Amino acid sequence: MASLAHPQQRQFNPYSENGGTILAIAGADFSVIAGDTRQSEGYSIQTRYAPKVFRLTDRAVLAVNGFAADGNMFVKKVKQRLEWYRHAHAKDMPLRAIARLIQTMLYARRFFPYYVYNILGGIEEDGTGAVYSFDPVGSYEREACRAAGAASSLVQPFLDNQIYFKNQRPAPGTSHPVHLPLPTVLSIVIDSFTSATERHIEVGDGLEIYVVLAKGRNLQGLEGIRGMQELTVTEDGERVFVVRRELKKD
Amino acid sequence: MTSIGTGYDLSASTYSPDGRIFQVEYANKAVENSGTAIGLRVKDGVVLAVEKLIHSKLLVPGANRRIQTVDRHVGLATAGLLADGRSISNRAREEGANIRSTFREQATVKAISQRLGMYAQMYTLYSSVRPFGISTIIGGVDKNGPGLYIVEPSGVCLGYHGAAVGKGRQLAKTELEKLKLSEMTTREAVMEAARIIYLVHDDNKEKEFELEMSWVGSETNDTHLPVPDDLLKEAEAKAKEALETFE
Amino acid sequence: MDHFPTNWGRPRNDAFDAYATHPIHQRPYNGPKDTFADGVQHTQQPIVTGTSVLAIKYKDGIMMAADNLASYGSLARFKDVQRLHPVGQYTVIGAGGDMSDFQYIQHILEELSISEISAQDGHELGPVEIHEYMSQVMYARRSKMDPLWNSLIIGGFKDGKRFLSYVDLLGTTYSASTLATGYGSYIAQPLLRKAVEGYEDTLTEEQGRKILEDSMRVLFYRDARSLNKYQIATITGAGVSISDSLHLETTWSFAEGIRGYGAQTQ
Repeated sequence: MASLAHPQQRQFNPYSENGGTILAIAGADFSVIAGDTRQSEGYSIQTRYAPKVFRLTDRAVLAVNGFAADGNMFVKKVKQRLEWYRHAHAKDMPLRAIARLIQTMLYARRFFPYYVYNILGGIEEDGTGAVYSFDPVGSYEREACRAAGAASSLVQPFLDNQIYFKNQRPAPGTSHPVHLPLPTVLSIVIDSFTSATERHIEVGDGLEIYVVLAKGRNLQGLEGIRGMQELTVTEDGERVFVVRRELKKD
Repeated sequence: MTSIGTGYDLSASTYSPDGRIFQVEYANKAVENSGTAIGLRVKDGVVLAVEKLIHSKLLVPGANRRIQTVDRHVGLATAGLLADGRSISNRAREEGANIRSTFREQATVKAISQRLGMYAQMYTLYSSVRPFGISTIIGGVDKNGPGLYIVEPSGVCLGYHGAAVGKGRQLAKTELEKLKLSEMTTREAVMEAARIIYLVHDDNKEKEFELEMSWVGSETNDTHLPVPDDLLKEAEAKAKEALETFE
Repeated sequence: MDHFPTNWGRPRNDAFDAYATHPIHQRPYNGPKDTFADGVQHTQQPIVTGTSVLAIKYKDGIMMAADNLASYGSLARFKDVQRLHPVGQYTVIGAGGDMSDFQYIQHILEELSISEISAQDGHELGPVEIHEYMSQVMYARRSKMDPLWNSLIIGGFKDGKRFLSYVDLLGTTYSASTLATGYGSYIAQPLLRKAVEGYEDTLTEEQGRKILEDSMRVLFYRDARSLNKYQIATITGAGVSISDSLHLETTWSFAEGIRGYGAQTQ
């Protein structure tokens, strides 16, 4: 009886992993933030529809992945801080300020972290598309694209290749584009998720793609997209859309 | 009140030479100036009724309730300072919740009333506080059946078949004494309560009033609830009718 | 109020300290004390436990089921325990996991309901509010490393809308048209999904009952911590109704043919 020889300790584990994947890609004057809607624990699917991507303002969208209880609580608290900011300053918080706020809030829990990976996408004050990615304790950077969550190791290399053109050589006399057009980005996002759904058991069921367009930008690239819905609240500012798609449910 | 101005009325912690606490007596005065509140303990429940004097026409109807719910099965009505009434009902709710957490059962009306009595009494002991300017009628239904108690500013807590406090208490008491309370149903008691409130209201001296009524008993599945609108209307109509034939 | 005259401070001396400000009194603390403050134990494991809770959406509202067993480890300790609990007129909360924690939850919901009633402001708590409240409580307790060891399913019907959602000891929440806790999530959930998904608006009460009864029977056959005595709750526009205990009909004759169970000769 080894268990009697040594004092043993068991501890309640306050964390869990709820699967799923999120990603975001920044364009020149738009940003795309997406996530699947499956929530799972172990081999069980808890629900086929639990959103992981949230509209914060008309120019900021936050995707949260990891431990769902922490994720929902974190989004709730971020939204609350943004509301307080609106009451104090009569405007929405700028994207880069939200990014710094998220770092502060995550680091405040350095010794009992929110077990979540955050990706913040939207439009900066200068009108450029932006993506900020975070680790659970608040380290962050601005990037052109990022994938996180269960299938991040499948999706990120794909994005590196398709967005950053890693391991690709341009045809002689040409160069790789710096920013991709919206329709191309949407195709890459959809392909990323259908592929991740094929190869990862925790990804699937539904897909939610948020698109944020810079102020004054026309809808070019969005016309005729199936399952699209506009969520914009304010007038003549940035515009937010969501595209909902089905993913395989097996 | 010959002893007013003798200095013994300044603090609740000072007795007068003849052994009285004037602050408590002043608190009783505050109650006597208030609109009447009555309670009827009948065979299957309790009815509370209040003559709520409307001190301004600008008030929204139903404002400044004087009947409060304490627990599912207990309510209280106050006569005296309105704010003190709200304060004591908050305390009553805490006592109800406290009894529920310690004993895991519904508090009896008696237990809540006695605790409120202790609470009111504490405010007669110190110079830093003043006694409650209210008399509280606590009514409800518990495992012992219907219960009805009055807590006075002194902290005195007594059980009653019929209770009356405030301006018209004398007349109300004589009316209550005429009733066979222990044979009456809550539905009948609602009619009597309305009649008594209308009777004791002095049209000449006072302006408008609102009749506020609640009941708890077999009619309400032992839940303290306001008397439903249609029944209240009916009771008021009957009360006015009875007023014509009275005297 | 402080009733100990010894704590009221010294009488003031008008000669040198007219306002009794010197010295500033150090008063003894007479507030509530926790005698065991340095030896408080947090829940590390459930003791008396309930097993699965099942719930589905159907045409008229929500239907839930749970058996009447509270186990003490592998001992079937209490066989007449109700694990479906009504909260107000629109909601039922069903619990698996630690039964003493569930009784505590019933208690805090009772306190919440009473404070809501005594406000007399015309607002009533519906399933949405109760689920939000419970998820905040469960998450707060897990964050204190002192969890309430339960899986809860909250079902309700208010303002013409069905509501069905889950929350557990980690504060994890989700909703779906079929839910199951504990062993039910492995054994009953696939059966429920097959029978309910896509038919939420057409399933009748009778069909719903059949689906839950069949699932409870499968659970009784396979879950060693379950009982053939259970209750069903319905929450519809007509309100909450929780059935008396029902008995599961089972057959065991097939067991005779199983090697090692029946009377085998070789």
